Amino acid sequence: MVPAITADKLTKKFGDFTAVNQITFEVQKGEIFGFLGANGAGKTTAMRMLNGLSRPTSGQASVAGFDVYRETEKIKKHIGYMSQKFSLYEDLTVRENIQFYGGIYGLPGREIRHQIKELIGGLGMQEYANTLVKAIPLGWKQKLSFSIAIMHRPEIVFLDEPTGGVDPITRRQFWEMIYKAASEGMTIFVTTHYMDESEYCGRVSIMVDGRIAALDTPRALKEQFGASSMNDVFLQLTRPNQHGS
Amino acid sequence: MKQFGIFIQKELFHIFRDRRTLLILLGMPIVLVLLFGFAITNEIDNARIAILDQSKGEMSQKITQRLLASGYFLIDENLREVAEIEQHFREGKTKMAIVFPPELQENLRRNLPTQIQLIADATDPNTATTLINYASAIIGRYVQDQGRGQAMPLQIHTEVKMLYNPRLKSVFMFVPGVMTVILMLVSAMMTSIAITREKELGTMEVLLASPLRPAMIIIGKVIPYILLALANTVVILMLGAFVFGMPIKGSLFLLALECLLFVITSLALGILISTRTESQQVAMLISLMMLMLPTILLSGFIFPIESMPLALQVISNIIPAKWFIIILKNVMLKGTGVEFIWKESLILGGMALFFIGASVRNFKIRLE
Repeated sequence: MVPAITADKLTKKFGDFTAVNQITFEVQKGEIFGFLGANGAGKTTAMRMLNGLSRPTSGQASVAGFDVYRETEKIKKHIGYMSQKFSLYEDLTVRENIQFYGGIYGLPGREIRHQIKELIGGLGMQEYANTLVKAIPLGWKQKLSFSIAIMHRPEIVFLDEPTGGVDPITRRQFWEMIYKAASEGMTIFVTTHYMDESEYCGRVSIMVDGRIAALDTPRALKEQFGASSMNDVFLQLTRPNQHGS
Repeated sequence: MKQFGIFIQKELFHIFRDRRTLLILLGMPIVLVLLFGFAITNEIDNARIAILDQSKGEMSQKITQRLLASGYFLIDENLREVAEIEQHFREGKTKMAIVFPPELQENLRRNLPTQIQLIADATDPNTATTLINYASAIIGRYVQDQGRGQAMPLQIHTEVKMLYNPRLKSVFMFVPGVMTVILMLVSAMMTSIAITREKELGTMEVLLASPLRPAMIIIGKVIPYILLALANTVVILMLGAFVFGMPIKGSLFLLALECLLFVITSLALGILISTRTESQQVAMLISLMMLMLPTILLSGFIFPIESMPLALQVISNIIPAKWFIIILKNVMLKGTGVEFIWKESLILGGMALFFIGASVRNFKIRLE
């Protein structure tokens, strides 16, 4: 089986600064792959190279079997993306946002109408269907964003810190949605800096200063570092000196 | 194509839901044209003048009557002594004073050179100059009329004809000017703001990660503003034509094409600005400082380019508005065809290409 994502010594430099330094990994189909790291560790840059927003400086990578240098347009048809910033239009209603994103991903009108019903019903947002997005609570917005990002049934969905600023209950519900999508065969590539969330992932990579410092299942990582939680693992990796003293 | 339609529909939602901005965009051209047409005018009408008649003769009486008959002047007061003149100006009662010397009558009869003094309040230099010119012309004509039939050495009559704007209406200047400013505002400033808004909100990233091609995103963003700009053009032209009697002597088709050319140039500028800025505020400030101010000040809209210092004259050449105003005046007032404005059109077209090229370059770099 072809992996959903492969990266081989993928590197991105901005002038003298190396944001992403020779990262190598594979993500299997249907996997929930956690991409962890402190702010500025290079997570977002790495993700942007994979979803075609940024051209790598060197190294190889493929997404859904397509090359990130030559086939970005094909990649874009096979992925969903939820950016770090909120990605819905505030001055459009919930229904119009669904219509818009369905439309630009080329879903036929019948399918879009079906999705509107399905999606709004699934989220229990009937009362908000014709409300401007700016008027609905943040938790709803995040769940809606995710539903829209996977509306066109992409093979792989990239989530860039999707749960920033939402309450624990919504985060929980959000992860349930992620699990459901993964159980349907979707590959999930998610960045986060909430360490407790990384426990939900199948495998986790931890980036430190542009490099992948560790990559395994949460359980194996905890064993390897003799830590009780992913938080400990992360602290050992990012601040080894302080930990030793 | 369907994707594109949906994209434009979304843009229209943005524009129509932002009621306040829409109202400003649609209302401003109307307000500006009416304001410039009615309130801000260089024409002289019933200016108050004072007269100090020391000659107390027939001559000065007749000249005064001529001045009043012109409709440009109203007598505020007849002064009695020189000292009163300055007093009068200080009180702001009058714009100009005319002093007839005691020897006026005698000198004119004897064909000796004589002088009439015109004193103007030059705190407002433009009005002062205009007043003096009008008064000199009227007095000159009177003297010529008097001299008729007598043997006078070397009489030269100047016959003046003001071509294309015989009544020297200033609105003929302002309509092209306001049109230029509005088109620049809608096309350059509004698009730069609209595009940076997507960047600022983070939706641009999602759009770029979608199957929509970047060129389609940009074109989709600017098309509604092209329509808005053209709607404004029609409104301004109608106001000019029906309210102020501004003629459109040239071909309407040519005029529309030239407007489109200028809109495209401005859009390209707007796109270029948006590729260099990350926030709406910065985009707006740059548009205002680097586009609107030069468009208003250096395009010849308000201040004639010929009377600028050389350095500014040179700078004015890189301002698209300068060329567009020349084109507008040619087509609307002189009725010239493309054979007389192809050079200006080429310059505008060249600028548009340059800006588009620069934006494409910048856009790519940003995506690196």
